[in-house]
Amino acid sequence: MTAPAEVATVSRERADLDLLLLIRHFELALLDLFARGELNGTTHTCLGQEYVPVALTPLLVAEDHVFSNHRGHGHYLARFRDPEGLLAEIMGREGAVCSGVGGSQHILRDRYLSTGVQGESLPVAAGAALHLRGSGALACVYIGDGTWGEGSVYEALNLASLWNLPLLVVVENNGIAQSTPIARQLAGTIRDRAHAFAIRHHEITSTHIPDIRAQIGPLIESVRTDSRPLVLEFATHRLGPHSKGDDTRPASLVRGLPDWYRDLSGADGFTEADRAARELVAGIVREVAARPLSRWSACA
Amino acid sequence: MRVAENLNSALHELLARDPKAYLLGEDVLDPYGGAFKITRGLSTRFPDRVLATPISESGITGLAAGLALCGDTAVVEIMFGDFAALAFDQITNFAAKSVTMYGARVPMRLIVRCPTGGGRGYGPTHSQSLQKHFIGVPGLAVYEMSALHDNHTVLAAMVESAQPCVFFEDKVLYTRQMRLSDDLFVSDMVGDVARVYVDEPERADCVIIAPGGVADRALVAMRRLFLERELACCLLVPSRLYPFDVEPLLPTLRGARGVVVAEESTAGGTWGAEVAHQIHHHLWSGLRRPVALAHSADSVIPTAAHLERRVLLQESTIHASVLKVLDDR
Repeated sequence: MTAPAEVATVSRERADLDLLLLIRHFELALLDLFARGELNGTTHTCLGQEYVPVALTPLLVAEDHVFSNHRGHGHYLARFRDPEGLLAEIMGREGAVCSGVGGSQHILRDRYLSTGVQGESLPVAAGAALHLRGSGALACVYIGDGTWGEGSVYEALNLASLWNLPLLVVVENNGIAQSTPIARQLAGTIRDRAHAFAIRHHEITSTHIPDIRAQIGPLIESVRTDSRPLVLEFATHRLGPHSKGDDTRPASLVRGLPDWYRDLSGADGFTEADRAARELVAGIVREVAARPLSRWSACA
Repeated sequence: MRVAENLNSALHELLARDPKAYLLGEDVLDPYGGAFKITRGLSTRFPDRVLATPISESGITGLAAGLALCGDTAVVEIMFGDFAALAFDQITNFAAKSVTMYGARVPMRLIVRCPTGGGRGYGPTHSQSLQKHFIGVPGLAVYEMSALHDNHTVLAAMVESAQPCVFFEDKVLYTRQMRLSDDLFVSDMVGDVARVYVDEPERADCVIIAPGGVADRALVAMRRLFLERELACCLLVPSRLYPFDVEPLLPTLRGARGVVVAEESTAGGTWGAEVAHQIHHHLWSGLRRPVALAHSADSVIPTAAHLERRVLLQESTIHASVLKVLDDR
């Protein structure tokens, strides 16, 4: 007989896997749609980084504000599991989360917001954290390693530390800012920069989700209870291009990067889950692409 | 009552009426009360909601936008309006965009206060009138303080609009009284536009449109034109500069032989050009000549008083513009 705790663990792991695969196949489908000329504009996929928002999902609650960035599909899907609404937004079809106005990188839904200018969201997240201070909720903001070139980051960190704001800064350090490797754009370390503002910093190198949660769960809890900012730096890897087809790295180098998908591919049930996610996304692509164009009252 | 006291009282009322209203800025706490003393008494009365910040215009404007996003009301004091350039991204790319870019209207109660303008010898980076840089941004309104508009009403209108507003406050007005400065004239209101005239505003020789900071200079020019040349001018002082609604003013404009738009901005891409375009669009066939623009020179604003005077719009600039626009030769 299986103990209830083990059942819960197994179903959590399965839910994590399904979510990881949903994001992976969603992003692959977008690149495919672009290649076929069926998407307008551009998009930034999070291939390789899917596990970051998946790991955070059960550690965040509905009362928390989440601020995402240009590379935000995984953040959105992890929070809402709404591939139809997101794809409709990206494709400008009926049922779009923001009527097709915002597109890939400008989404607002409940307490989730993404916007496309580097560093801009950190002071805004600090404002949300001030609003939430004392309530037990927090403001979580995703940024990349490249974002640390923006002055707004430091203005916000200073304010967050001075004012004891419950601000959780999640850094997805994938080592490359568009085409610029980190060694060419960031002096010193993110850790030292956080410490300069007396802000706690924790680096995560693991891609194993239960291990990540065990590390960061208590730290995130203390953001809520002690009302103190925290920087979580994930050492992660971008397996896809910055936007579409603009990767200047050699393919062999990219192929050699760590990938949770490869690591988990031998696990029990992976093949079936992978096939199910691929088919789910393919069905959503067909269904959403067939919808009428989105309508926006301002352009009625 | 002085304009500074009126504005201070309006901020007291805003914070007292709205328990979710915040005021943020550099050096705004008592006993200092802000570089121009506009926030005096606020931090003593509302210590949890009046917050002194580091010197971080972008950060505090973004933080205020975050409060607004959460449903609060946020007022930011930019110590000198020139420094609003440091907050330009947060104002135009975040706060203003957020009102509409997410498909459905998002209320954003955010007021960015900008002490503005020259005439005090503060030099090129502390004397500018940056209104023109905030004109034509979707989702963003631009207001200017005036001695003819009660700031209680103006602040309430900005909050009511539920969109980000940049409020330009000409520094020379702070110490001036809250009323019409010249008994030669009377005034009334056309919507939120104050109208100042001798008599018969719809039969003036010339209509001058000028925001609050320039109104007194226009009045000095109007007095001279009336007493020395028997030319009657009607002055229109809008509270909201953008979006600017010219239609309620058409009856006043239609009867005039000339129209001048006066502002302190330096030349090029001015607010006045936008207003003139609207007037041309509505009245072109009836206008005797194009709307004239009066503004400061195309120059940085010097510190030395004699040089600063040469660059900034003076009453004589307006006086000359009116004569020129009425000159039939």
